[in-house]
Amino acid sequence: MYKTDHMKTPILLDEEKVFKDPVHRYIHVRYKVIWDLINSREFQRLRRIRQLGTSHYTFHGAEHSRLNHSLGVYEVMRRMVSKFNLSEEETLLCLCSALLHDIGHGPFSHSFEKVFKTDHEQWTQRIIEGNTEVHHILREISDDFPKKVSEVIGKTYPNKMVVSLITSQFDADRMDYLLRDAYYTGVNYGNFDMERILRLLRIVDDQVVIKHSGMHAMEDYIVSRYQMYWQVYFHPVTRSAEVILRKIFQRAKELYQNGYPFRTYPEPMVSFFKDGDIPLDQYLEFEESTVFYYIGEWCKESDTIFSDLCQRFLYRRLFKYVQYDPNDYRTWADLQDLFLKQGIDPRYYLELDSPSDLPYDFYQMGQEEEEKLPILLEMPDGSLEELSNQSIIVKAISGKRRFDHKLYFPDDLVSEEIRSRLRGN
Amino acid sequence: MLQEHAKVLHLLEQAGEVVGRKKLQKIVYITQKLKFEFNQRFQFHFYGPYSETLSLEIEELCQLGFLEEMLEDKGNYNVYRYQITDKGKDFLAHIPVEMGNMLPLLDKLNQSTARFLELVSTVFYFENLSRAEVEEKVFTLKAKSNYTKEEITEAYHWIEELKKLV
Repeated sequence: MYKTDHMKTPILLDEEKVFKDPVHRYIHVRYKVIWDLINSREFQRLRRIRQLGTSHYTFHGAEHSRLNHSLGVYEVMRRMVSKFNLSEEETLLCLCSALLHDIGHGPFSHSFEKVFKTDHEQWTQRIIEGNTEVHHILREISDDFPKKVSEVIGKTYPNKMVVSLITSQFDADRMDYLLRDAYYTGVNYGNFDMERILRLLRIVDDQVVIKHSGMHAMEDYIVSRYQMYWQVYFHPVTRSAEVILRKIFQRAKELYQNGYPFRTYPEPMVSFFKDGDIPLDQYLEFEESTVFYYIGEWCKESDTIFSDLCQRFLYRRLFKYVQYDPNDYRTWADLQDLFLKQGIDPRYYLELDSPSDLPYDFYQMGQEEEEKLPILLEMPDGSLEELSNQSIIVKAISGKRRFDHKLYFPDDLVSEEIRSRLRGN
Repeated sequence: MLQEHAKVLHLLEQAGEVVGRKKLQKIVYITQKLKFEFNQRFQFHFYGPYSETLSLEIEELCQLGFLEEMLEDKGNYNVYRYQITDKGKDFLAHIPVEMGNMLPLLDKLNQSTARFLELVSTVFYFENLSRAEVEEKVFTLKAKSNYTKEEITEAYHWIEELKKLV
């Protein structure tokens, strides 16, 4: 039996607070704990971190923040749980987890985490369980409530149905980010009928399922997801900016470790360069504006690789790209030599980037057990059917992973010989 | 280029072969926990620590022909058997990785079952919790697996032994 501390009766606000939202129209807050969490300094910090990192280099409208998305996930979750007969504690657990699920994100997480080996989900758990405003607010519900929220986000909470509302192939997080990112980037791909999906959600045998009449809305959702990944999230211009940013972090770290005399010393990043434990306070102070400030200053550094990469990022002089087949791995070795021969360091000026996505997957009978929960339809006779068994559209893209490999390089620096080799000649 | 893929391939070259997707996931996770330079991000899933990235890398290595994946019929269930191919060995010759000697560790891990490695990796995942809390996690999150207290003790003992092999 899972032990639990006594929960205090949650306080309701005297009157409901309502935020205007371009995606969900309104975001409704009734619980005081949610209001307090929104006003906490750790949550407000998310205003200063963009949801889509470098995507605004491609889609200039994509300036929306992680706070913006977090409020949206909360609202989707609020609408979901209002349909389910959960206890008040689990309802609150779902709402708080939805609101806080991204609170550990730092600036440009995708680039940053690769170089400094940090994990935003672990930071989320540290923020929730550490000595923070968020932690103290959650403790007002019960002493073990922060731990429970942390477990839901870490997927180790015993009630898997609650976890699946936040993280699964069909969850509040994805529903919000697809709609929101489509809205702010201005693309037409990410749209689907969320209202219809929410209206047709059911709980059967401790699983969230959708009534069979919602199948076409689910098809739209899966296809939207597929298109958003390839048209927005994996856009090569966005990826090029990410590659350069990653190289900047990599160079800064290498220079620091070699005792380079920085013209502008990167005090807030030193802990990251040392690969050691990073104090929570310091992590929370590290924002996008910090990164942009240093990159601006580093444009004037004497290290030519470092200043060049920073100027490329700041002034959007991005790397060009060519399609690449990894089977041609001998070319990679040749390219390294050609770059070195021309005096260009390939560690900083040649990168293979390989995004991939699996739009939807499910466990097939006869295969080894898999780690993904399928999307289930409730059929008119009450039985449950896996989505791709009923939908030919979903079946067409189920279990099919798409890979893409591109080489990124500075077209303005490389010789014609290198360019020709990159083109596969 | 594909450095993380190359590391997985290198592990499989040293291990000879690994039978089972779950087993391969757990072997990489435990090896990572024992400070070998694998960078995949693991999260807690139905069968313990699981990396979507690793799953993707394995699939891609198979598509590229660097790894061979064979489906084996075990009667009432099927498993996948993984082996490096000659092309995979040639790839490693061109894209070398330096991982140190993983062989003693891999030998021991490979001789165990996927079920037990799932328990060992779960104990590793919750290494910051007390023994009592770990037991509670195992009994609640893995209720269907029916692990016993003795098996948990054995998992702790195993971890100590594994550390000596590094």
